[in-house]
Amino acid sequence: MPAPERPALERPAPSAVELDRRAFRRRQGGRSIAVSIGSTIVFAVLIGVGLVNSPGWADVQRSFFDLETAVEAFPSVIEGLWLNIQVLFFAAIGVAVLGSLLAIARTLRGPIFTPLRFAAAIYTDLFRGIPLLLVLYLVGFGLPGLDLFGRVPAQVWGTIALILTYSAYVSEVLRAGIEAVHPSQRLASRSLGLGYAKTLRLVVLPQAVRRVTPALMNDFVSMQKDVGLISVLGAVDAIRAAQIEVAASYNFTPYVLAGILFIALSWPMIRLTDWYTARAQRREQIGGSV
Amino acid sequence: MSEQQAAPVLRIDGVHKWFGDTPVLRGIDIEVAQHEVVVLIGASGSGKSTLLKTINLLEPVDDGRIFLGETDITDPRVDADRIRGRIGVVFQHYNLFPHMHVLDNVTLASRKVFGVKRAVAEQRGRELLERIGLADKARDYPDRLSGGQQQRVAIARAIATDPEVLLLDEITSALDPQLVGEVLDLVRELKAGGSTMLMATHEMSFARRVADRVIFLKDGRIVESGTPQQIFDAPREPETREFLARLQDPLA
Ligand SMILES: Nc1ncnc2c1ncn2[C@@H]1O[C@H](COP(=O)(O)OP(=O)(O)OP(=O)(O)O)[C@@H](O)[C@H]1O
Ligand SMILES: [Mg+2]
Repeated sequence: MPAPERPALERPAPSAVELDRRAFRRRQGGRSIAVSIGSTIVFAVLIGVGLVNSPGWADVQRSFFDLETAVEAFPSVIEGLWLNIQVLFFAAIGVAVLGSLLAIARTLRGPIFTPLRFAAAIYTDLFRGIPLLLVLYLVGFGLPGLDLFGRVPAQVWGTIALILTYSAYVSEVLRAGIEAVHPSQRLASRSLGLGYAKTLRLVVLPQAVRRVTPALMNDFVSMQKDVGLISVLGAVDAIRAAQIEVAASYNFTPYVLAGILFIALSWPMIRLTDWYTARAQRREQIGGSV
Repeated sequence: MSEQQAAPVLRIDGVHKWFGDTPVLRGIDIEVAQHEVVVLIGASGSGKSTLLKTINLLEPVDDGRIFLGETDITDPRVDADRIRGRIGVVFQHYNLFPHMHVLDNVTLASRKVFGVKRAVAEQRGRELLERIGLADKARDYPDRLSGGQQQRVAIARAIATDPEVLLLDEITSALDPQLVGEVLDLVRELKAGGSTMLMATHEMSFARRVADRVIFLKDGRIVESGTPQQIFDAPREPETREFLARLQDPLA
């Protein structure tokens, strides 16, 4: 029987040297915070002063930053944004499913899967090559032209186009992650009696996703913006709503408003993933200060 | 009872294995009885790991048969995952799953292969961790543990589903000398508990202490097998003597 682990010992009072080091770190920490706050303020003031004193500032302010127009446009733009969120929601699910399937198809081994592997490779090459705008036009105006589907709202076609394009990108990111998981992990899992699918789902994919989370988040945030492109199909999303308001008020403020709302939409997601990756890293990896 | 013990848990019958044009196993016959600990020794490249991999169906054999209990596991019609579930394996580099904490590592096979409820599996997992002296590490992630602790967790993971036979492939060769002891203690405890084991090792002192039978492999063939005393103190074959002499003095 191996000896039980040592019990936690009482930590002795720090020595004078350690106390001195701590005091030094505290002073330095305080100083660097002060420096960063100071420099940020100076920088912001400089930009602000520069803007406000430029000759055309009054005009720009009137046509881009008009509070009254913003308040007026707010309800319809936010209503449009709700459509963006819905499209984003379904597109994200679609991309996760289709992207994973494509990535798995590309990593399958064995001759039986050659056609599948090949088809997945062609798909990803194709859809990473075509501009999203073109896919939107082809899907949004082409597929309804077949007269097979009855009347389908524009945003549905937009969602499908987003899924088609983004799953190609996401599958490549996931594939890189899957291939980065060491083969000995599969070996260990199979040795326990887990089959191919369970090994993939429980051992390989979780590790793969963790490795590529930053890249996946990048794609997600990018898609979050591109959701605005569904307006070209006539769906009344935030961009389209802003456009309508602009046409009515001869003022560009609604565009700025839509922009701010899009930023507000993506910000929590960015922070959330940063937090999540940091936490996973803290828990699963050996600590260290470098 | 005595008849049951006579029936081998594992029977390797004339196994051949080639990698391309290189023969790696050339007619291996081994029987491992219940509660028996059989240790494979031999120079690097003699085929120890390959033999263990064929038993765990990670490498197909090119000829011969392997029986686990009554089942011919080299029959292509058997369900390989089921067979692997009946065999425990511990690797040289532990291969714990870094994204799961220790308890999940240990209970994964029970839950996902044998469908044991999480609460039940965890209860058993905690008992195991208690036994290997790592109860307080249940919620830690593997990378936080020392090499010796990781290897003990890997052993716990391998025995969590009560495998019929345990395959150990040089489980101490990635460890510092101080950590070797704690892993070997655990193996001796498993032996005392009645586990059936087939292991490859370079630790001769350990082989001497834990083995019921030692098998010396050279170039994919069994040169000599017998009790530790017989192999280490009175080897019959010149090749065995040469191998052991080289271990005593690597520069000889
Ligand atoms: N996948 C493989 N493809 C080709 N040759 C292989 C493969 N795996 C092992 N070999 C060869 O088979 C022979 C036996 O290897 P094996 O790993 O079984 O030796 P070993 O006895 O375990 O050695 P060690 O003590 O160094 O672990 C070696 O010559 C090795 O090069
Ligand atoms: Mg080996």
